[in-house]
Amino acid sequence: MSDVSLDTATTEPGLGDYFALMKPRVMSLVVFTALAGLMVAPVHVNAFIGFVAILCIAVGAGASGALNMWWDADIDALMRRTAKRPIPAGRVAPGDALALGLALSGFAVVLLALATNLFAAGLLAFTIFFYAVVYSMWLKRATPQNIVIGGAAGAFPPMIGWAAATGSVSLESALMFALIFMWTPPHFWALALFVKSDYGDANVPMLTETHGRRVTRNHILAYTILLAPVSLALGFTSIGGPLYLVVAAVLNARFLWGAWMIWKRDETQAEADKYAMEKRVFRHSLSYLFLSFGALVAEAALHAMGFGGW
Amino acid sequence: MAIHVEHELHTRRLGRNVGVGLLLAGFVALVFGLTVVKVMQLGDVNKLEGYDHVLQPQNIPALPPASATGTGGKS
Repeated sequence: MSDVSLDTATTEPGLGDYFALMKPRVMSLVVFTALAGLMVAPVHVNAFIGFVAILCIAVGAGASGALNMWWDADIDALMRRTAKRPIPAGRVAPGDALALGLALSGFAVVLLALATNLFAAGLLAFTIFFYAVVYSMWLKRATPQNIVIGGAAGAFPPMIGWAAATGSVSLESALMFALIFMWTPPHFWALALFVKSDYGDANVPMLTETHGRRVTRNHILAYTILLAPVSLALGFTSIGGPLYLVVAAVLNARFLWGAWMIWKRDETQAEADKYAMEKRVFRHSLSYLFLSFGALVAEAALHAMGFGGW
Repeated sequence: MAIHVEHELHTRRLGRNVGVGLLLAGFVALVFGLTVVKVMQLGDVNKLEGYDHVLQPQNIPALPPASATGTGGKS
């Protein structure tokens, strides 16, 4: 009996295993963009309520991550990158992940409603539903455009931050949504080009595998071209201004140049320099999003001091 | 060989229990802080009494005199 209990004991999860279910790296991006959405909104929010709102959005994102890991445990076990996640590694039982995801979803939505407003809470609930059900359960295994449509889930946080402050959506928050929505595909596909994935083993239709790398390069260029006007349009709204516009122009020019270089290359050239350009564009895409939202926050700060804006 | 009273499992379990305890304490602090902020935002604390669903005449704002509004006279 004692042997059996010791064997099972080694798989008992620690708190860190539950935290890993919440995809902390994704949460950090969510926190940053949601905070930006909240800070650039034209309505002042009490600092503590703002903190609670961001916490709720982060926990909601973490909850959807746990639900995603629960649903995808079978394919996670087949891929090197995800095989060490808590469920396929046997550290957390699938039922526990489901319970954690559902409980935290309820907690985040209800507390956001109490702290801010029902509209923001409804948006958060929809985002969790979108990521866990629309993306994870319906799209991920069905279409190579999964990353495009699924990217919407990652695009909602600034809109929720804005809604927490204002109680509504607006052109500004819709453009912040569109910025992340259009940014996600080229960002992800640049990564997909240089990471040797094993999505094929798990039967997940990724564009690089279903349509090939040439088509993926075409898609990166197309989406980066579509991203530029969205980013620049944001500069002409009430939350934009000269500073944001200059930053956006430089960032888009750099991103477009990178996408163009990726489009011009073929696999032979890419393999010759070990995907240097693809890796560079991926890194630039990360700073693109960070600096774009950073510039928006800077505009809001300048505006508060009597400068900036139009 | 020294006998370890504390199995690794118990250390992990203790860590988890302490973590959950801290999270619960954080939750209590969060709700308390939120309550304080919401109440402070009310400004007029009499507004709190409006939540018990009982008509309280003392909380109904006094209407201005009919002559001041210009609607109370004969038409």
